[in-house]
Amino acid sequence: MKSLSRIAAVANTETRLASRNRWVLLATLILVLFALALAFLGAGPAGSRGASALTLTAASLATLSVYLIPLIALLLSYETIAGEIERNTLPLVLATPVRRSEILIGKFLGHIAVLSVATVVGYGIAGAAVTLVHGFDPGGALAWTRLIVTGILLGAVFVAIGILVSASTPRVGTAAALLVGIWLLLVVLYDLALLAGLIVDDGGMFTKTIFPLLVVANPGDAFRLFNLAALEASAPVAGTDGLARSLPFPPALALAALAGWLVVMLSAGLARFRRLRP
Amino acid sequence: MTNETLLGVDDLTIAFGPLTALDHVSLSVQKGERLALLGHNGAGKSTLFRAILGFLFLNTGTIRIADAAPGSERARRAVSYLPEAVAFPKALTGSEVITYFARLKGEPPRKALELLETVGIADASKRRVGTYSKGMRQRLGLAQALIGRPDLLLLDEPTSGLDPISRGEFYDLVDRVARQGAAVLLSSHSLTEVEAKTDRVAILSKGRLVAEGRLADLAGAAALPIKVRVRAKGADADALHAKIGGRRLNGRLVELDCGTGDKMAVLSRLAALGDVVADIEIETPRLDDVYRHYSKPPAPGDAA
Ligand SMILES: Nc1ncnc2c1ncn2[C@@H]1O[C@H](COP(=O)(O)OP(=O)(O)O)[C@@H](O)[C@H]1O
Ligand SMILES: [Mg+2]
Repeated sequence: MKSLSRIAAVANTETRLASRNRWVLLATLILVLFALALAFLGAGPAGSRGASALTLTAASLATLSVYLIPLIALLLSYETIAGEIERNTLPLVLATPVRRSEILIGKFLGHIAVLSVATVVGYGIAGAAVTLVHGFDPGGALAWTRLIVTGILLGAVFVAIGILVSASTPRVGTAAALLVGIWLLLVVLYDLALLAGLIVDDGGMFTKTIFPLLVVANPGDAFRLFNLAALEASAPVAGTDGLARSLPFPPALALAALAGWLVVMLSAGLARFRRLRP
Repeated sequence: MTNETLLGVDDLTIAFGPLTALDHVSLSVQKGERLALLGHNGAGKSTLFRAILGFLFLNTGTIRIADAAPGSERARRAVSYLPEAVAFPKALTGSEVITYFARLKGEPPRKALELLETVGIADASKRRVGTYSKGMRQRLGLAQALIGRPDLLLLDEPTSGLDPISRGEFYDLVDRVARQGAAVLLSSHSLTEVEAKTDRVAILSKGRLVAEGRLADLAGAAALPIKVRVRAKGADADALHAKIGGRRLNGRLVELDCGTGDKMAVLSRLAALGDVVADIEIETPRLDDVYRHYSKPPAPGDAA
């Protein structure tokens, strides 16, 4: 009981700080604006045959989310422990009866709450707008729901990475620099390297066996793979190229990979935080 | 160790790599007692606090807090800490900060919020900490430290950067808490400010405890002379100096050193001089002098 109330106190303070510092508003706005831009400014789903506008936007949003959600999650969390070290509030907190695991879980939950609000509200508004203009279809609505739920899971992985980074350096500036590096590496460079591998390999061994595993091994790619595979199962969507059928494993493995990332990153964060001597 | 000992530090050594931050330090604080920890920057004051809180590896020695190990659940319930230069999140209000720490300590927030009244910032409780003055932020820090009536208060340089009036008010608050039975360990490098505000002082110098005890006892043990400044009538310090000796400070002032025992003798001799003396000023050794005496390195040739 005591433990839960302390976790709640930490989570509550984190969400309050995030909303006071306008992070909630900013994150929601970013997601709404990019989702609306995709839905109404891009090539435009109107005229495509087979799939509804809602489904098509969900497909392109799955790709965009791979960049946006990790970035927002890292921005929310990178300062959480390093900032307390800089302000000298961490020793104060650690002097109270609260346990380190409780602080970490509380911070994690607080950031997940902020991220969830931003994702649900941001994508919710965009989805509602697409429905209003192009009409409703159940498959599309399901695709958006899946996108939002797995998007929060993807965000959770990167919040955990952000907390790990934050517990690894006593300087907020260093944490920020690490954050940019990690985002570039996991979200941009990893895919470029895979692409280079595909081109060099030209349909050989790498493409058929190692490549799919490397894709699920990366949290952003795993998220995209799961969503696109699920979309494809319900409606033909241009651009996925029969992805699900060519996979050597069920798409649910991608979700398991995300969950695995989450567990590993949270444990690593806790291990670092436990070793910290304020 | 008696059961009234709330903090017992015995033979404590803390090293950071090659640097010995604390060197075989022993001290204790009893219930209701205020101990001031003095020392220059880098003397090891903050390190001692962090060791007491259980944050550091002890190279030698032991620490007991209310008969519990540092950092243990029991010790953390007994202790409250105010770190030096703490900056609460600017975006939170004073009452949100107090509510947060009350929840962490498992105390009812409603009762904790009354402490804002105690420290005199109840009016600003709904304002964001970012708008607080330095003095108000330290009061908030003290209110936070008082949540749940801790047995042992650890205050690391709580008054640094405060103006003399806020400083005085801060010590009055600490005094009130100590009278309610809490043991207080506070650090300062401003020396005179803790005079008369604490029961005992401990002086750290480069990680070593160089003196510990009641201020009067320390002053006595240091055998520092009382200084008597005599102002000559008609600005004729030379004539006065010829009569009484001592040091001629300027055209009007002559200074004499005298031991505690012969103060009266010196004064009656001066009174007998009659007209030559315009005024007499007596300066008893202050904490600054005592501190300087104890923290200066032993002169070469002094017996160790
Ligand atoms: N984490 C640390 N790593 C290395 N050296 C440290 C660390 N913390 C303190 N020190 C050193 O220990 C000495 C004592 O520091 P401190 O306890 O902060 O002094 P004070 O609080 O009396 O000014 C200083 O020389 C300081 O540089
Ligand atoms: Mg210090």
